[in-house]
Amino acid sequence: MSTITWPILSVLIWLPIAGGVAMILLGDKGIALGRWIALITTAVTFGISTLLWTNFDTTTAAMQFVEERTWIPFFSSYYALGVDGFAMPLIVLTAFITPLVVIAGWSVIDKRPAQYYAAFLILEGLMIGVFASLDALLFYVLWEAMLIPMFIIIGIWGGPRRVYATIKFFLYTFLGSVLMLVSLIYMYLQTCDAGQCSYAIAEFQRLPLGLNEQLFIFVAFLAAFAVKVPMWPVHTWLPDAHVEAPTGGSVILAAIMLKMGGYGFLRFSLPITPDASDTLDWLVISLSLIAVVYIGFVAIAQQDMKKLIAYSSIAHMGFVTLGSFLTFELMRVNSGDTTGAAMGIDGAMVQMISHGLISGAMFFCVGVLYDRVHSREISAYGGVVNTMPIFAAFMVLFGMANSGLPATSGFVGEFLVILASFRADFWYAFLAGLTLILGAAYTLWLVKRVVFGPVANHHVAELTDVNGRELLVLGVLALAVLGLGLWPAPLLDVMRPTVENLVQQITVSKL
Amino acid sequence: MEAVVTNFGMQAAAAEIFLLAAICVILLVDVFLSDSKRWVTYGLTMLTLAGCAFVTVNYAVDTRVTAFDGMFIADPMGDVLKLFTYGTVAVSLLYSREYLERNGLFRGEFFILALVALLGVMVMVSAGSLLTVYLGVELLSLSLYAMVAFDRDSGVAAESAMKYFVLGAISSGALLYGFSILYGVAGTLQLDELAVAVREVGAGNIGLIFGLTFVIVGIAFKFGAVPFHMWVPDVYHGAPTPVTLFIGSAPKIASFVLAIRVLAEGLDAMVASWQSMLIAIAIASMIIGNVVAIAQTNLKRMLAYSTISHVGFILLGILAGTTDGYRASMFYTLTYVIMSVGSFGMILLLSRKGFEGDQIEDFKGLARKSPWFAVVMMMLMFSTAGVPPFVGFWAKLAVLAAVVNVGLSWLAAVAVLLSVVAAFYYLRIIKLMYFDEPSDTYSIEAGGTLRAVLSANGVAVLALGIFPSVLLDLCARVLP
Repeated sequence: MSTITWPILSVLIWLPIAGGVAMILLGDKGIALGRWIALITTAVTFGISTLLWTNFDTTTAAMQFVEERTWIPFFSSYYALGVDGFAMPLIVLTAFITPLVVIAGWSVIDKRPAQYYAAFLILEGLMIGVFASLDALLFYVLWEAMLIPMFIIIGIWGGPRRVYATIKFFLYTFLGSVLMLVSLIYMYLQTCDAGQCSYAIAEFQRLPLGLNEQLFIFVAFLAAFAVKVPMWPVHTWLPDAHVEAPTGGSVILAAIMLKMGGYGFLRFSLPITPDASDTLDWLVISLSLIAVVYIGFVAIAQQDMKKLIAYSSIAHMGFVTLGSFLTFELMRVNSGDTTGAAMGIDGAMVQMISHGLISGAMFFCVGVLYDRVHSREISAYGGVVNTMPIFAAFMVLFGMANSGLPATSGFVGEFLVILASFRADFWYAFLAGLTLILGAAYTLWLVKRVVFGPVANHHVAELTDVNGRELLVLGVLALAVLGLGLWPAPLLDVMRPTVENLVQQITVSKL
Repeated sequence: MEAVVTNFGMQAAAAEIFLLAAICVILLVDVFLSDSKRWVTYGLTMLTLAGCAFVTVNYAVDTRVTAFDGMFIADPMGDVLKLFTYGTVAVSLLYSREYLERNGLFRGEFFILALVALLGVMVMVSAGSLLTVYLGVELLSLSLYAMVAFDRDSGVAAESAMKYFVLGAISSGALLYGFSILYGVAGTLQLDELAVAVREVGAGNIGLIFGLTFVIVGIAFKFGAVPFHMWVPDVYHGAPTPVTLFIGSAPKIASFVLAIRVLAEGLDAMVASWQSMLIAIAIASMIIGNVVAIAQTNLKRMLAYSTISHVGFILLGILAGTTDGYRASMFYTLTYVIMSVGSFGMILLLSRKGFEGDQIEDFKGLARKSPWFAVVMMMLMFSTAGVPPFVGFWAKLAVLAAVVNVGLSWLAAVAVLLSVVAAFYYLRIIKLMYFDEPSDTYSIEAGGTLRAVLSANGVAVLALGIFPSVLLDLCARVLP
């Protein structure tokens, strides 16, 4: 039972934004105080977000902590917030990662630090808002607004080719989203024809749509979400953005922003256009498998640590889209039986949370090295274990998690998705299973070249091990990765009613 | 039926009459002022605008009222547009003052011309007959030609004024020719009677369509829509920045109202004909405007092309031919004016003695020199690009919704894809301000008033973006 009577979701959205505005007003002169403001704001936000989890009712798929206010009567749009089993864990993940980003940038960011923290705080509020929106227009506004702080983060604090990377990032994602806007408008006008104009996502899900309409809407959504995930072949912005972004930017990008694509599929594509999803699931599944296999090979060939992890992200996100769209295949195989169909979606969700933790941790590891040596080239390292033993232990752990070792969170999601694909089709499972080899290959080879072996050069010889700040960040992440890997049941419990509800929803044809 | 209040309807035209009287007074007073006392003219101009606002509010109407035997209309839409225009002109003059003083342009005639142009806009807003429309168009255009050439020592300004004048005269001729053919077929100049007559004659009448085509040419020229856009970049570039600011704001309201009065009220039965013409013009405007803007190095020229593309969007709302479309278009016009005034205001903010500040490169490293005004410019640029949460997004959304609603989803898709192209050149400004180092060490010299109003302008773009209902509901209320 939800016992919280105050608008918790609004607080989660506006508290970080207010903190961000305060940081801008404070400016760089008061940065000593500013850092603490940023840390306290994000820590309090995380604290409040845990209340979401503890007060969450795991017996219902209905939206919880709902808030609704009239916003724009002209468009019948509401400021409507609420969370279910998909949104809540992602919000907690967002609130969990952001304070770590603040801590990681503590003494590293010396260029315009106030604006740096402000951008991350505002970004956090917007991202939480995206997950919490029940109104499609509110969702879209936050979804687009989110690009602005990220654009600034990559552009100001990024690497040498940051301008190219950030403009590419912005235009790519903007291009993907605008077609979604047209289809949202289209559905809005359909609700008007049905009598009650509304941008409520729930109304869109109930809206009867013909197959052709669904196909158009599905393709528009696919453009938006596939770019965000990103799926092959619209993934090319990601390696550029990741490589040039500062550590914090890469972490947020990989841990949270990519999840919005996966979340979008679950919230919009599947329930709003079930028949089109059913018709075109082969397309998404093929693209996902290409991402898993082909991008896996691409990752092996990388010379740059961040690029390698970026490609590994694409491959891992392939599991999310694969798991989400296997549902239809499973129902066809089991002739409409929905009991097994939920497994793919379960896997997709776990994979999203887990990848959020692991990819974030991997980027933090690269950040630790980069802050010391100022190189992302794998060849610039070697034998780090000799000078940084504690760091090496963490890097090996996260490397193992990234390759899906049992007892880490990386295993649970991949295992569920592979299991689901086995039920659907042997060849899906075979191709998806290749990731166990490929993932291990590129990750462990990376770890081997960077961490092990003899000390490569004098830079590595002069390395100092992690300081307390870095230890805190990596330690907390390691606990989360192991915790979720050993005992994923709480996460699965939280999601169960929502997943079952979604499967019920998409088995009912809208035609 | 429309209520006729009185035959003369002095009350309906009270604001225009007041303005005209005030112009005459200022003209007389100005003659007796020495150059050092020129601020009196400026002050009187501002007082006149405030007075106009007072009169308009005082004589505001709830429903449509016609006067002067139907030549003149007062309606809620007109009142709102007039009030908005006063505000725009006042803000434009506030922004311009320092520049004018610095460049020896701070003369009484400038303010007189601006007020006469305003009168032209007001006459167009209230036009009830084609003749009144034309009167307003000429009143506005002639003032603008003179304003462009106001800096008489500038060869570029003279050249662009000449271009503007010649092309403007041709387009006015086209408009008048169109009107005369409409009159020949329909037998009336009055817009409401024209609407009835068109239905009687039949919307497919070849004479009407012939006349309509010339009218569309005239409207498209006044808007600066492709293929009648050639004057826009040259005039925007060549005119002194305060004049560019002026041309980029209030006259857009006039163009909008010209289209609404003539097309939506007078020729509403011919919607099918003008819809197809406007579709072509709108698409061409969005393509040419956005693509060519990318190649510009001068900010005024870039904003000129950006204006052309925005005109395409404004036309999208009008061509929908529905009340929602007109509302969307009005909302778009008003938000565009707010953003345009702000963007040109930024150029005036950067300018100083011997430095125009109108090159895109001049914005390099602004975030270092003035973090706050970099934020203001960033908000303006994102808003102009149509990125939420700024008000420009809602304008685009309203227009797109209107277009999709009449079954032109493909047109909406084309429009949004072109807005991605547009995002590129707005992002470039932000890139220069934030990601590049400053190329000089000058700091902003502008005075307190300009800073305060410009800051408010920037904040308005964000505030209206978060609470767009303020303006949207207004547009919905006055266009029932």
